[in-house]
Amino acid sequence: MLDFIRKVFKSGDDQQATKPTIETAPLSDDQLQVVAKVEISLNPPQFAVGSGQSVGRQRDHNEDTLFALTAVIADGQRDLPIGIFVVADGMGGHQHGEVASSAAARTMVEHVLTRLYPALFSMTGNGLEESIQEILEGGVKEAHRAVVRMAPGGGTTLTVALVVGEQVTVAHVGDSRGYFIYPDGRTQVMTQDHSLVRRLQELGQINEKEAMSHPQRNVLYRALGQPEPFRPDINTFQFPAPGYLLLCSDGLWTVVPDNEIFRIVTSAKSLPEACNDLVAAANEAGGPDNISVVLVKYLH
Amino acid sequence: MTQGLPQNLPSSDRQLGSDSVLVNRYLIQDVIGVGGMGSVYRARDLHFPNVVKLVAVKEMIIQTRDPQVRETIVLNFEREANILATLHHPSIPRIFDYFSHDERSYLVLEFVNGKDLEDVLSQSDTPLPEDQVVRWAIELCDVLHYLHSHTPEPIIFRDMKPSNVMVNQEGHIVLVDFGIAKTFRVGQKGTMIGTEGYSPPEQYRGEATEQADVYALGATLHHLLTKRDPRIETPFTFNERPVRKLNPAVSAEVEAVVATAVQYSPQDRFPTAIAMKEALISAGTKTGILSRLSSSIVNVKKEETIKPIWTFETEDEIRGGPVFDNGLLYVGSYDHNMYALNATDGKFVWKFPTDGGIVTRPAFSEGLVLFGSEDGLLHAVTARTGKISWTYTTGGPVRCSPRVAEGHLFVGSDDGYMHAVNVLTCRRAWTYDTGGPVRSMPFIQGDNLYFGCEIGDVLCMDFRGGIRWRFKTKRGVSSSPVFHKGAIYFTSLDGTLYAVDGKSGWAVWRFRMNKGSISTPCVVDNFVIAGSADGFIYCVDAASSKEIWRFKAEHQVSGSPVVHKDSVYCGAADGNLYCLEYRTGRLRWKFPTGGPITSSPAVYNDILYFGSADHILYALLV
Repeated sequence: MLDFIRKVFKSGDDQQATKPTIETAPLSDDQLQVVAKVEISLNPPQFAVGSGQSVGRQRDHNEDTLFALTAVIADGQRDLPIGIFVVADGMGGHQHGEVASSAAARTMVEHVLTRLYPALFSMTGNGLEESIQEILEGGVKEAHRAVVRMAPGGGTTLTVALVVGEQVTVAHVGDSRGYFIYPDGRTQVMTQDHSLVRRLQELGQINEKEAMSHPQRNVLYRALGQPEPFRPDINTFQFPAPGYLLLCSDGLWTVVPDNEIFRIVTSAKSLPEACNDLVAAANEAGGPDNISVVLVKYLH
Repeated sequence: MTQGLPQNLPSSDRQLGSDSVLVNRYLIQDVIGVGGMGSVYRARDLHFPNVVKLVAVKEMIIQTRDPQVRETIVLNFEREANILATLHHPSIPRIFDYFSHDERSYLVLEFVNGKDLEDVLSQSDTPLPEDQVVRWAIELCDVLHYLHSHTPEPIIFRDMKPSNVMVNQEGHIVLVDFGIAKTFRVGQKGTMIGTEGYSPPEQYRGEATEQADVYALGATLHHLLTKRDPRIETPFTFNERPVRKLNPAVSAEVEAVVATAVQYSPQDRFPTAIAMKEALISAGTKTGILSRLSSSIVNVKKEETIKPIWTFETEDEIRGGPVFDNGLLYVGSYDHNMYALNATDGKFVWKFPTDGGIVTRPAFSEGLVLFGSEDGLLHAVTARTGKISWTYTTGGPVRCSPRVAEGHLFVGSDDGYMHAVNVLTCRRAWTYDTGGPVRSMPFIQGDNLYFGCEIGDVLCMDFRGGIRWRFKTKRGVSSSPVFHKGAIYFTSLDGTLYAVDGKSGWAVWRFRMNKGSISTPCVVDNFVIAGSADGFIYCVDAASSKEIWRFKAEHQVSGSPVVHKDSVYCGAADGNLYCLEYRTGRLRWKFPTGGPITSSPAVYNDILYFGSADHILYALLV
């Protein structure tokens, strides 16, 4: 370390020599897996992503929307990986559900990207006009208006993770979920389900068995497109490194237990395969609802 | 079921007499309790001769004669003591020390001056008032949640009952008699932990879970609200004796919470202590109990009970913070001198005169004390002797505390530059023109340097002097950024507390205060705590930027907070040094000085050091 510092202080030109040159692209999924296993450092740090979706076994059409976008900018001064990931689960019967989830996801992403652009491409290093949490809060409001406008009577959940560097900011409404999955076996739900039945269960009013058959088991007490005023939950966490970020609709988590999610995610060859296996597991368990999953890993 | 006190104590199990001294340190004053494993004493800690520091000494007598079993018992005891020593919660007594000798093991704990709930109940002719019970119940849920969330292993209290809950002088609850004693019961056949009457059915099968504590808490509340002792009733019959049948003054809402907690099957109870707390809060809000509570006045520890163990007077205001290094305490004064004092007794060791006021905190490297002065110089003085080693000249007064990393010293100056100086060669490595005076102490994380400047920018630089990013606020940033889990936190004179991503330099969130701030935040657990000129000390959730609590001082808060154990210490322009519970913002005590306190206190070896504009440096035992 001291040698490195001395070099750094003497002249800037030496720095190039100290950085390992690693061919980062194009890497196949298998190669990525190898890279992840031996835990060498990747430069620049970046996100790998997979996604999966299925209508399930009991519904006739899909009302979920998912979105994933990653980018990396690295110029020596500042290496910045960025990602935006969304899962939205629409509801409200024919037509309205899919319109609601799609409108919410698209509006949210547009709102966020419009605000990230200037900061990403500014040469003066100026940052954002608003804070990341303010941008997401604004995005949820916009998305809500879009749902009311385009899918009147419909509603949707919305779980958005905006990852900048090593920080994940999650805006969340409804009962889709965000998980952190650590290689040591922990799976941690970082979102709270805004579901009436879950709430009753938490308060000890009903037990799990009653919850499964409760007539209001699909009722959300917070959702986009509903007339009641609501506030999204917005929280910032450190991205698990090593580890994964998983976003999913309730079509996955109501039927596939946490330890099974962990097993599938950590044993699959690649992130897209892991997502495929998660969807398959939900379908094998009956596939009662649409299933959407987005899985992200931070490689660094 | 708890084993009763052994009736025929062998002679080696005698109680310690008062005035006996344990390990040359703890002077036994009185017996304050007797349990199955030995006695609990009140003792005075003789390591602090100038103040009376009282502690509780809990004695556990090893009752086996088998040397191997004995060794296991002592090892288990030490392991448990180590776990308990890591707990910091206002409702858990702090552990100061433990030791084993003479066939006994001892645990030295915070002395809780108060009464246990069994005494409170037995001295009352009626059941305890509902609002009081609910307030205590909420605090008990908090502390159970804290124990249950302990990592890597949750801690199950297992023995919640009125006699294990103390109420201190301030009216708050403290859990006593931790399960530590249970390690002393190995080998007894059919051992049961927990007290009959309060323990849930499954605990009788040896299962201890969060819901077991929830049940025992429900049983405790039932007892407090009805004055009907569950130990003399048929076990598990609480719901045959609903609270309101015995005490109609209790609301239906609170009765329902108790009824849920004492359900026979664990799955019918609250799943967690937090769920029970929420139910209590919602019951309390519905019935109006909680609104009555918030107006109740909390008794505060009397000011006169806090006495400095020593003070040291300089000839002008102390505006910068003191620092402890290698037995000495260093503090700069506006009288132009840097002082070195003996940290234990405050005795003068040396002083070093400069040609300007010193308003900053020194740094240490290679046996040198490094500090800036308003004379524009950076002084490097030998720590041992107080003799000058070298100086480095900047182009303006130095009002920025230096930071040392990787053999280099980083310091800002009112000349507008950040200076990087090699400590060994005392040569300049580089300077960087920020565009305005730099008074914010740099924070170093990895090979990044974070600091603010008076034109309102916060900069991230690398060690070569290259700029990574620049973040703009609307007014000057004199506070120092603090790095925590990938983000930096700082306050600005624009009245905002910022969380900024360390990599991108983009704001994660902004928290608005009513006036500007120069207070450097401190981060503990997931809380960010900082003062503001609007007179408040704020505590904000680092993940959501939601306000957790705020505390109103009598004047601007320009001092920087420091957390030690479960308290946060912060000085204010009203001259007070405030001690608050950092999780709740509740005032523990305040200590008045003769002038504004503008710097950050320092804590070493349980002694709090801080300077005030009344020229005096104070050392308080905390």
